[in-house]
Amino acid sequence: MSRRSEDVRGGLRLEGLVKRFDDVTAVAGVDLELPPGKLISFLGPSGCGKTTMLRMIAGLEHPTEGQIFLDDDDITDRPAYRRDIGMVFQSLALFPHLNVAGNIGYGLRIRGAEKDRIASRVEELLELVSLEGLGDRRIQQLSGGQRQRVATARALALEPRLFLLDEPLSALDANLREQLQVELRLLQQQLGISTIIVTHDQREAMTMSDLVVVMNAGRIEQVGPPLEVYRRPGSPFVAGFIGRTNLLVGEGAGDGSIAVAGHPFDVAGGADASGEVTVSVRPEAAQLVADSMPERNALPGTVVFVRDLGELFECFVDCGVGEHVIVAGSPRDWVPVQQGAEVAVLFPTEACVVVTS
Amino acid sequence: MSVREKPSGRTLGVLAFPVGMLVVFFLIPFGIMVATSFYHRVPGAFYTPAFEFANWQRLFQPVFLERALFSIGICLLAGFVCIVVAFPFTYFLTRMRGRPHVILLVVVLSALSLSEVIVAFSWYILLGRASGISNILVWLGIMNESAAYQPSFAAVLLGLCYIAFPYCILTLYPQLTRLDPEITEAAQTLGASPWRTFWTVVVPIARPILVAGFLLVFVFTLGSYLIADFLGRPEHWTLSVFIANQASANANVPFAATMAIFLTLLSLIVVALVGLIESRTRRLI
Repeated sequence: MSRRSEDVRGGLRLEGLVKRFDDVTAVAGVDLELPPGKLISFLGPSGCGKTTMLRMIAGLEHPTEGQIFLDDDDITDRPAYRRDIGMVFQSLALFPHLNVAGNIGYGLRIRGAEKDRIASRVEELLELVSLEGLGDRRIQQLSGGQRQRVATARALALEPRLFLLDEPLSALDANLREQLQVELRLLQQQLGISTIIVTHDQREAMTMSDLVVVMNAGRIEQVGPPLEVYRRPGSPFVAGFIGRTNLLVGEGAGDGSIAVAGHPFDVAGGADASGEVTVSVRPEAAQLVADSMPERNALPGTVVFVRDLGELFECFVDCGVGEHVIVAGSPRDWVPVQQGAEVAVLFPTEACVVVTS
Repeated sequence: MSVREKPSGRTLGVLAFPVGMLVVFFLIPFGIMVATSFYHRVPGAFYTPAFEFANWQRLFQPVFLERALFSIGICLLAGFVCIVVAFPFTYFLTRMRGRPHVILLVVVLSALSLSEVIVAFSWYILLGRASGISNILVWLGIMNESAAYQPSFAAVLLGLCYIAFPYCILTLYPQLTRLDPEITEAAQTLGASPWRTFWTVVVPIARPILVAGFLLVFVFTLGSYLIADFLGRPEHWTLSVFIANQASANANVPFAATMAIFLTLLSLIVVALVGLIESRTRRLI
């Protein structure tokens, strides 16, 4: 499939973006360049500034400092209604006084499009979001999932350069949310539209994104493809926020290995530094060893709690290194241990990722 | 499958209270008034129970019909003015945050504590020649000599709007507070300027409550008689002033009752008409 160069649009560049509300700094200096045609998620805990960033990109908040470029146009001072941006809001913000077709066609009506043109475009969009024949429905008659689709169709009606979604699925129940995540992602790939989605749900970000921007306290912690961010977290915060993790703090020996509570560890890529080093190990990468103590990369401990969730089991082990170490695995890897048993936990070298040095 | 339950003794008990209130405080007094409107007036005395149509025949004199139309006209106008002023006022009030919001709301609500007598008398003084606001304009050098702005039609309209304004705001406030700010933002991301957003989104969504507020002011001001009495000439008097005069000054309670019933019926018709127009035009949008 060939695509003309003008189709790939919606490249975004943020330079030194700062937003302060009175004495609260929501966004504390962000530089970011986002490629066009991709789905990018802003991921972070509530209050990390991700929604404020999105609202500045949409033109609903004006940055205190910094500039926003869309396809190399400086849009920092352009009001929202001249930005060529489609947005789905957290509350969906559908117009209660208009029916489904009226909502989807609102932007075209504002632009002064002809009635026939609006009607045919609305039909097209209804089909795109699988709501054929529901144009006459009132918003109050729709289910949560249908409303979400109307909001999506409305935001896409004007073929915007940039498609923004602010926690668009947070009001839906878990099953529907997962289904719509896949649908939205497929829709985005089909249209090739540059999309930014704000979410606090790491599964949502992993499911949908080409690129994850992890934010914390108004700053960007890490930018990268979802799996890379998961496997090679750049900071203890990222390691803890994207999935669960075991953080082990050790002393760098200077020869590439570290010592955790006196036990020697080899880590992925080696740790050249001396001094304090934090290592992240995912629970599913850690292993229980019931009857022996490996010489390297292992900690002895006491099993505090075991739970079997059917599809996976989890074991909480007190290794005397701060929080309990979590070991998770599929039932195939199940090592029968009892609460209170003395065990060793093995952290394979390739799973030990240094997050600080 | 739905089973319609027969009203149990309990539900009847719950219903008894509102029904009882309605009977005691509305149906019985209104019934007495309807009966009184057919009583015979004894000039120089009071009235005696009778069944005659004299009061109703008197009502259909041009002067009373003309007063009735005038009353409806000026009260509709007051409703219109109140909505035009109160809607943007309340809308921006609900978009404000923090201290200014609370202070403004308290000021508006404190206006409710002013009785109609105080409002009418205050405006009587403020619009008068001796110590009215025109003196300030003279002092500022804008005017040569102080002037009286009452009695006049505008003074009556101003007074009516003034007493109804806080009620109008109180009617609009809860609904406009609930208007999700993201809805107006959504309109803007779809290309609507703030001005177009106001007209294509805020006004249509607020329409039912605007009509309700308008009708409230209409009915509320229709019952006011002190304002028109204080601030207007006889040609600015509403039917309520005549009712009060007949009842208290002329001691003609039967005719006052007749006019009161007539006014009630007229206002019911107007309310029904406005409601009908509202639902018709809503379907057209």
